[in-house]
Formats: sequence, C-alpha cells, structure tokens
Amino acid sequence: MSDTAQVPATAPAAPAAPLRKLRFHVLRHDPRDPQSLPHTEVFELEEAAGMTLFIALNEIRESLDASLAFDFVCRAGICGSCGMVVNGRPGLACRTLTKDLPVDITLAPLPAFELIADLSVNTGKWMRGMSERLETWVHAVEQDPDLRRIEAPMDPELAERIYELDRCVECGCCVAACGTARMREDFVGAVGLNKIARFALDPRDNRTDAEFYELVGTDDGVFGCMTLLGCHDVCPKNLPLQTQIAFLRRRMARAGME
Amino acid sequence: MKVIYTDVLVIGGGLAGLRIAIGARRRGHDAIVLSLVPPKRSHSAAAQGGMQASLGNVIKGQGDNEDVHFEDTVKGSDWGADQQVVRMFVNTAPKAVRELAAWGVPWSRVRQGDREVIINSQKVTITERGEAHGLVAQRDFGGTKKWRTCYVSDGTGHAMLFAVGDQAIAAGVPVHERKEAIALIHDGARCYGAVVRDLITGELTAYVAKATAIATGGAGRVYRVTTNAVICEGIGAALALETGVAALGNMEAVQFHPTGIFPAGILVTEGCRGDGGLLRDANGHRFMPDYEPEKKELASRDVVSRRMEEHIRKGHGAKSRFGEHLWLDITQLGRHHIEHNLREVKEICQYFLGVDPVKDWIAVRPAQHYTMGGVRTKYTGESPTLRGLFAAGEAACWDMHGFNRLGGNSVAETVVAGMIVGEFIADFIESPKGDLDIPTALVREAVAAERAKLDALLQGGGTERADALKIEMQQVMTDRVGIFRRGADLEEAVHRLQGLLVRSRSIGLRHHADGPNPELVTAYRTQKMLKVALCIATGALTRTESRGAHFREDFPRRDDSHWLKRTLATWKEPGDTLPCLAYEPLDVLSMELPPGWRGYGNKDYLDHPDTPRRADELQQLRERLHGADRHAVQAEIMPYEHLLPARFRGRNERIDERMP
Repeated sequence: MSDTAQVPATAPAAPAAPLRKLRFHVLRHDPRDPQSLPHTEVFELEEAAGMTLFIALNEIRESLDASLAFDFVCRAGICGSCGMVVNGRPGLACRTLTKDLPVDITLAPLPAFELIADLSVNTGKWMRGMSERLETWVHAVEQDPDLRRIEAPMDPELAERIYELDRCVECGCCVAACGTARMREDFVGAVGLNKIARFALDPRDNRTDAEFYELVGTDDGVFGCMTLLGCHDVCPKNLPLQTQIAFLRRRMARAGME
Repeated sequence: MKVIYTDVLVIGGGLAGLRIAIGARRRGHDAIVLSLVPPKRSHSAAAQGGMQASLGNVIKGQGDNEDVHFEDTVKGSDWGADQQVVRMFVNTAPKAVRELAAWGVPWSRVRQGDREVIINSQKVTITERGEAHGLVAQRDFGGTKKWRTCYVSDGTGHAMLFAVGDQAIAAGVPVHERKEAIALIHDGARCYGAVVRDLITGELTAYVAKATAIATGGAGRVYRVTTNAVICEGIGAALALETGVAALGNMEAVQFHPTGIFPAGILVTEGCRGDGGLLRDANGHRFMPDYEPEKKELASRDVVSRRMEEHIRKGHGAKSRFGEHLWLDITQLGRHHIEHNLREVKEICQYFLGVDPVKDWIAVRPAQHYTMGGVRTKYTGESPTLRGLFAAGEAACWDMHGFNRLGGNSVAETVVAGMIVGEFIADFIESPKGDLDIPTALVREAVAAERAKLDALLQGGGTERADALKIEMQQVMTDRVGIFRRGADLEEAVHRLQGLLVRSRSIGLRHHADGPNPELVTAYRTQKMLKVALCIATGALTRTESRGAHFREDFPRRDDSHWLKRTLATWKEPGDTLPCLAYEPLDVLSMELPPGWRGYGNKDYLDHPDTPRRADELQQLRERLHGADRHAVQAEIMPYEHLLPARFRGRNERIDERMP
C-alpha cells in the first residue's frame, strides 16, 4: 500500500460539472392562520457537493425564509421524521441527494396526516392512535420475569426474521402512498399490518389468530388493502410489505372462517 | 392560565424518560412525558452498535462479569466516575437486557458451533457453546476486556426504543408530543414542574408535578459538527442551570468521534479502521503513521481525533464549501468485504455522500459525539440542591462516565438509569418529601415571566439574528473548545461566547407568529444553549490538566493531586454572563479501584496523595479475604447493593455462574 495515493476523480472535492441553480417549489400553508391559503413558494439555491434535502432546507431557512416549517431529527435516515413528497413520491428528505433530482424540485407535506404547517405533519398522533388500536406491544406470557435469571432462548434465525419486520421507523410514507388510506380514514396502513405480522411471528406474544382477527379482520384492516402496493414501492426501509400483507390476509381469512 | 397536575413530569421521550414513566406507572403513579418530537424519533434510536451488559454468553465473553465491566468503565472514565454508581449500573445492566428481551427486543442470538470472525485484522475461527445457543449474543467493542456488547443486528437503539415506546403505550403513559419545557417552576428549594410551550399553537401551560425528571439527552448541537440529532441542544441542562440552584457536573467532559462523515457529521463505524481502512489528507498522503508510528489509524478514539485535527491545523485538510476535512479510504478492503461486513457504511456513503466506498474515499472529520456532563444528581437521580428535580441518561451526571464514556455504555445507561431513577422517584412521591404544597402565585408568576420573555422576542424590536448567533456559537465551540484545548483559545472562546450571550438578549425576529415559528424556537433555545456552552468553555479553561476526553495541550498530564474532582457549574443570576464554578472532590479512600494507568494512552500522570494508602489498604484486605468469593470481596471493599432499589438487587445468573 503506497503512502500517497491519487485522490479519486469521483471524490466530492472535485465535482466535474458546474454547480446548478436549484429551484425548490415548496407547498406552504399554516392551517391555524385564517389568512393563510395553501400556495407554492419558490426558493432558489446554489447546489453544493453532497447536498441533501436536509442541508438544502436548512440553508433556505437560514438564508431565505426563517419561518419555513419542516421536521428533521436524526438527519441520518434512522428516525423517520422527515417523510415528505419529493417530486410526487413520498420519501425521507434527509437521505435524498439533490444531485439525484432535476433542477426543479417540488416539495409537499405527506398527505393523510394532519398538517401542522408547510412540510410538517403530525405523524406521531396518527401512529400513537394506530398503536393503541392494534395494541402493538408484546402481550407477554410471563408478566414479571425474574430478571436475575438467564433469559429465555430464542432461535437465532427467528430473532433475525422478527428484526427484519421490527425495522419499521413509522415515517408514514406507506400511508401517504396508500390508495385505501385516501378513502378510509381509519385504515391502519401497511405500517399497522406489518406490526401485526411482526407480533404474530413473536413467540413472546401470547395472542392467537382469533385475537389478531379482532384487530385487523375488517376493511379498516387487512381486508381493506386493494393490493396497489404503493407502500411496498416507497418504504425507505425496504420492508417486505407485499409478502407480509398477503400472508396476513390469508391467515386472517382462515381465522375468520374458523 | 392552563394548569395540568400530575405525579411525575418527565421531560424527554427517549429511552431514559420513557423507562422512568413506565416505572412510575407500575408503582401506581401518574406520569406525563413531554417530547419535542414523537418519542420513537428520539436520538436513542441512533445507538446502532449495542448495549454493554456482562451476560458472558458468547465464548469471547466467557469469564465476563460485573467486576470486569466495572473496571473497564472506571478506567474508561479516567477515574472521574462515581464508583458506587458504576457498580449500581453494571449490576443492573444484565437485568435491563433481560427485561428488554421479555418486552420483545429481537436481540441477536448465539448460534452454537464454529464461526469465522475478524480479530486484529486476522480471520479466526471460534466455537460457540451448545448451552449458549439461542441466548443473547455479544460483540466486540473498544475499551472492553471481554465481548460484552449486546446488539440487535445494526439497529440496537431503534429496536430498544420501539419496544420501550410500545410498553409506555401499553402502560397508558400519555406522551404530550411537540411540547417543550421552557422553564422549571421552583422556589429555590423545591421543583414543582415546568412551564411548557406548545410547538404547534404557541400556547403556554403550567405542568405541576410532585417530581420532575429531565431526560433530554446531550448537548451536541452547541457544536457546529456533531453526530447528535438536531434536537440534542442541551435544553434540559439549561433548564436546570437557569434555576440558579441546580448544578451541572463536568460539562467540559465532551467526547469526539474520529470519523463523522463530512459535513453532515453522521457517524461511520470504527470498524472501518479496525478492518484496515486508512486516513488520508488533501494530497492523498496517509498521515497517521507520521504521528503514531506504532498504532497508526488504530490508536484510541481520542488520540486519532487529536491527530486528525492537528493535521488539519497544519494546513493539510481537503477544502470544500463547508470547510476542511480528511479522507477515510477503505477501497483496499474490496467490494465483497464492504458489502458484507460494512453494509451500513456503504449505505451511509450512498445516501448521504452519493459515493461508493468501494472505489471512492469518504470525507470525514472528528465530530462531537457525547456529553459526559449534565445535571448533577445523587445516585438516586435527584438533584442534591433542588428537591423534586431528577435527571437521567445523557442529560444527567450521576456520574458513571467521568471524563470519557465507553462505547455501548450510553444506551445501556439510558434504560438502567430509567429503571433505577424511576423507582427512586416513586419512593420520593410516596414519602412526605414528595408532598406538594405549592403557592398558586408561584405558578402564575412563572408562566407570566416566560410569556414576557417570549413577547420580548416577538415584539421587542431587537436587532440580533438568532440563527447567526447560534452558528457563531457553534463555530466558536468547534474551533476552540474541541478536541485540542489551549488556555489562550479557551479564553478567547469564553470571551466571544459572553459577547454572544449579551447580544442574544436583544434578538429580534422577522416572523412574529407565536404558533409553529421555527425562528422563535431558535431564538429562545439559542439563549439557553449559550449558557450551556459557557459552562463547557469555562470548565475547560479552568481545568488545567488532561483527563479522558478533556485534553489540554498546555497541561497534557492527568493531575490527580489537584484535579481529582468534579466540576459543578451554577448560574446565579439571570443577568450574569458566566457560570459560577465549584468543585466536589472524589474520595480516593473509599474507591474500589484507586487511580492508576488506564492500560492505554498517557502513562504520565500525577498521583493523588491518598492513592498509595488506599492501594495498600486494598492489598491487605484482598490478602485477608483470599479465597472468598468475588461478591464477598467486593462487598468488603466498597458496599453498594444497599443503594439499589430493592427490585433490582441480586446477582445475575450466567452459564458459568448458575443460580440454585
């Protein structure tokens, strides 16, 4: 290994193309202000190497309009706060690079959630309501285990399969992309169905299929899904929503007949 | 005026706060959690690596126990930690992992038989025991003697936070989201709750509670470059500080991580260097061997960070619009290794830098990572000076990390502190001390005072710009109160921060709405953050030694003879521009592990006069107890179990330490 190497040509320090002037078309509205009407406002910004929508929106706020409302927390693709509609597609803004977008970038808040202002929506309230309805926690066989004792073993593959579904960050993109959610206000969405699939898989949860049927065996649950699968296409965590919903529907149909 | 009454007001909806609320509920008390964001979005979710707990299930963890975890943690702290608190922590950590397992966390599990792992860049085959099959697995982490870090694939914090968040929902704990505590209600002796601002409507509400707990995480955002989430602004610490009574402990103890991606500050794991990644400068030169010929890129976290900054200072940083940085080069590891062993790094590079680390270099620079200091509390989590005020997790200084925290001990602390402090809060409100006898005038005046401050910002006609002051503060902190600290720089920093604080008192806004107004939020938070920043900078200036992550170029030695003590910062008057510093000595004669060499880093330190005496005492004691079991020896040296809540006492069972 040589002690000095050529800086790779693709490294961000040496961008090949001249910097673009980006135009952000942002949908703005404050529903609590009686004077406010939803409208689009355009902000122009010079693109920078490695610019994400997190960086761009903060630059707009710091230099162009201090009142622009949006949500970021981890800005690392972990927390799911920054779901928004980017050029017509729901996604996480923090890990969207401007270089992957055209010069004109349209930003709108996620539909289906209560609007707080501009790009900020109340996903937290929706998710809490869903969690309460579907009881998205382990209904433990053993309520108060002796914590001094060695833990109950679990098959390593099963733990991995549970984690695969546990990776959901409740960003709300699947609900925003869902046809049923537009028509049925109480539809639990792919996020809710995936959680039921996750707890149904977990041997630490003592609920039976009949009990899960009580939670999702309706048109607001698994039978409301029209299999358009926008959820599957937009999920930032690439959760296997298509197979989980199909699997859960079969299982619930069986539980319903019994 | 709206007033909400509850038993326990928890400020902060991360792992520590949620676990406190669950604990209080289980003891039959009402609890309300305030959270700036939906609680599952808290920064706890970002703890990807894992949680330390001495279960000793994997073969490389065999022989691990509380004693080994204790020693690693105290050495890591550079003897700044409270050793009794460390003992409480290491004894509860295995119980916390087991509780979380029962709550549904899909911990990665041990698979019996042979497997191939990389140790010191060498492929090695190890064999897991049959009796460990299916138990919670542990991985290797820096600064630990045994493999002790329990993990959930690459998303430990996320899985923990969702399990605990869902348990809070199951327990019926109300979380008041998008609500921000902006002042504590107190009379100088007892805390009665907080004045809370609704971030959507702007409305102020008084929350009156028997016990108030601060669990707001760290203060990383007082720095320009940090791995912390944007909500980690140290506001909880500022709330305590602004009482004038509660103290902040060891705020100058700030940890930096060598490889934050640049400019976003998002962390890429140490594993990159562990597996053979190299650090390069603007000219492509591999510079670490010039500074550290022996350990090169694999010197300890603080040493690598220091060398990187030194190299940038010498003018060798790569320049970009956002400032200077260095390169992490893992191209030599090859596609297969990167896509299989460093998948997370590949994704971060792809999403946040738009580069492929198989062929491109990664722009990195050391970034602020962790706040060891925080609201000073007793081992119960309660402030020794403001009754009814508690703190836990990164926001607190109870103090288990001293001057440097070990990887995997932070997310472990969140749940362990939540368990322990939750019980002590329940004890407090069940005792006469917890009785509430609050004059309504105190509540009214507290709300009116906050209303007046907000109105001054909204309508006061000030001319200073909040975001400009905030950026300048962050730049001062990153430039002068960072990894390398020097008296002259720190003096300059304190001076400039004082100037910024004075200017922050005449902030004016361009937008005057009281509802969802991000400019207003920046304004009042910046005023608070500047006070926290001043505690860090003055603490660092005054501490004329180097200890753990606090490194003074002009005082490079650890000096136990003068500085084996904890910094306590208070803010006496609202109009002051500096905190008041006091010092709390650590008692060597009661330590289980008297100060010595950490086993890595600088060997050159000045002893405390009591150290040799304590070492002798301990040697005699160990000789006298020769042959006794380890628990008995420990109990003789430094008893601690009586300090734990009854619920969490007791030994921890292991494969090699079976319980009857």
